[in-house]
Amino acid sequence: MAEVTYLEALRQGLWEEMERDERVFILGEDVGSYGGAFKVTEGFAKQFGEERVIDTPISEAAIVGAAAGAAHMGMRPVAEMQFIDFISCAYDMLTNYVATARYRAGLPTPMVVRGPCGGYVRGGPFHSQNVEAAFFHTPGLKIVYPATARDAKGLVKSAIRDDDPVIYLEHKWLYRRIKERLPEDEEILTPIGAARVAHEGNDLSVVTYGATLWKSLEAAEQLDKDGVSVEVLDLRTLLPLDDAAIMRSVKKTNKLLIVHEDTRTGGLAGEIAARVNEQAFEWLDGPIMRVTAHDVPLPYAPTLEDFVLPQTGDIVKAARWLAAY
Amino acid sequence: MASHAAPTAQSPPIPAGLSRDQLLEIYRYLRLTRTLEERLTALYRQSKVVGGLFRSLGQEAESVGSAYALERGSHRDLMSPLTRNLGSMLVMGAAPIQILRQYLARAESPTGGRDLNIHFGDLERGYLGQISHLGDMIPVMAGIALAFKLRREPRVGLVYIGDGGMSAGAFHEGINFAAARRVPLVVVGEYNHWAYSTPPRKQFAVEHLADRVKAYGIPAVSVDGNDVLAVYEATRFAVERARQGKGVHFIEVKTYRRKGHAEHDDQHYVPQHELEWWAKENDPIDRYVQRLLGSGWAEEQELKEIDERVRVEIDAAADACLGEPAPGPESALADVYGDPPAAERLWFRSV
Ligand SMILES: Cc1ncc(C[n+]2csc(CCOP(=O)(O)OP(=O)(O)O)c2C)c(N)n1
Ligand SMILES: [Mg+2]
Repeated sequence: MAEVTYLEALRQGLWEEMERDERVFILGEDVGSYGGAFKVTEGFAKQFGEERVIDTPISEAAIVGAAAGAAHMGMRPVAEMQFIDFISCAYDMLTNYVATARYRAGLPTPMVVRGPCGGYVRGGPFHSQNVEAAFFHTPGLKIVYPATARDAKGLVKSAIRDDDPVIYLEHKWLYRRIKERLPEDEEILTPIGAARVAHEGNDLSVVTYGATLWKSLEAAEQLDKDGVSVEVLDLRTLLPLDDAAIMRSVKKTNKLLIVHEDTRTGGLAGEIAARVNEQAFEWLDGPIMRVTAHDVPLPYAPTLEDFVLPQTGDIVKAARWLAAY
Repeated sequence: MASHAAPTAQSPPIPAGLSRDQLLEIYRYLRLTRTLEERLTALYRQSKVVGGLFRSLGQEAESVGSAYALERGSHRDLMSPLTRNLGSMLVMGAAPIQILRQYLARAESPTGGRDLNIHFGDLERGYLGQISHLGDMIPVMAGIALAFKLRREPRVGLVYIGDGGMSAGAFHEGINFAAARRVPLVVVGEYNHWAYSTPPRKQFAVEHLADRVKAYGIPAVSVDGNDVLAVYEATRFAVERARQGKGVHFIEVKTYRRKGHAEHDDQHYVPQHELEWWAKENDPIDRYVQRLLGSGWAEEQELKEIDERVRVEIDAAADACLGEPAPGPESALADVYGDPPAAERLWFRSV
């Protein structure tokens, strides 16, 4: 068992899949000899050659479109967005072409689009975005969002093996902050579509994903001391949502707080609340509440960013309020 | 400006219709750009800069020379810079303290701490704030130039794009739109040999940026980007041509990015001898100084005085900025819309 960071775990996952399956290749800006802006693919070009680790022009639509074409031909491309904020330049390609390919034309498009997302890093409005909601509304895409090192590895491997297009969101605040001991002799494959109970509890469920998993766990620990027992569910896959896991937890605790870093309006919490309303209304002992970012573009200054994004203290306050409801 | 050195009878004529005072003003902007960036680097190393720091070392001339060709002042020409066009912003009238406040995320920064580095604009002074997404400013500037044309205003737009950014789809849509509508727009393509770690040969299959642009049916020229007067002259020509209603003009400036993509980047992928050559043999400020002195257009003492005034100005700006407060947290909620004026405060902040 070696201790690895979230970033190293992701690297390992990519590396193992490149070794296992020669159809897998990587394309993106500065991913080759430079090893990517965050060094996720450092050493890959040397090991696998420049034909399988392709430095592309600054052309996100072409990166995603070319990945789709290669995927149709039986390749397994992994496209990197240097920052996930730039995936917007490929929005048309992803939502119109890639997402509909199987449905309209029976074309398999096994590809992964991955990139660093998220805030808490003073990145300002264009290097901190959370883009899941923009793609959550598009049938045909899958979206995974690991919060742990184990899932960073397990989900990238599963995403590459999946026969449908997967958007893989990796949180840059977690890259080097999260460490975990991972077995070296066991193949780690996190199933797509399966949430995970990250902390057991009885009084209230917190459903979350990404960086706010760690803030929720911190909150759960603080609340434990006050005698409030919080169950924390890490969604891991956002599309398709693991309804069964969400309902299981809600039926156990009878109260639901949804926490995400993304802004509130049109965020995933709304959809989750609606599903719980449809599937477990009679189990609820209180209103479904959300802790999210404020509905503003993410600002740069630390005072502003800290105010806009949800913090551990917010989750504690909200959970306490709901527990007492 | 004190001028104790008048050009002598033997001095070659000053090119491009510039006056001696203008030559010295151009020198001041070059020095201001470099000195301000050096101060920012020091602040960055002291962890006073909140985010990343982008340098334009070795590229100051193309920014200053091109922006200097615009008509400046309220309701005059309008330009949109990229992160390496600090010099252009200063020429248009951005104050060093505004740049410092942006990098240090102070309350009084032009964006109130919302956006970073030189991402800010001032339409009165003639510059539009950029976003990070490369290529996006080209269509926007095409629209600005379109508005000038529709209103028959004798104004011109100028926009920058990098050798990497020119691969973005928005660039091509924007320049084609501008070319087809014959709007008064000048596009400056910066061939600085790198896009992060990616060299031009991986970015495009032509030799010069100008080669690609000719196909849009507009004039496209390449100039020595480290010769500030050559850049000025080429831009002046393009700007006046646009002002006369003759449409879009593309200028490729050949230069070199002598620092990493940003300060965190150790640029290990850059051949050392190349860096040394550009620093030693082709520094735009050194070249300009040699030209000013060698042509008898300025005296060394004058340039030293400018250097000193610039240093004092930046010292004062940095000292002032360091004492300023960060923005108040709740100011984050204002201005998402004109009406309602502020975003809703979330419930859990008040329980
Ligand atoms: C659409 C888009 N994709 C990716 C990026 C990330 N990025 C920022 S700067 C840069 C390199 C830019 O190179 P170039 O255009 O040559 O400008 P230079 O840095 O040389 O001034 C990249 C890839 C971005 N800002 N926008
Ligand atoms: Mg460049």
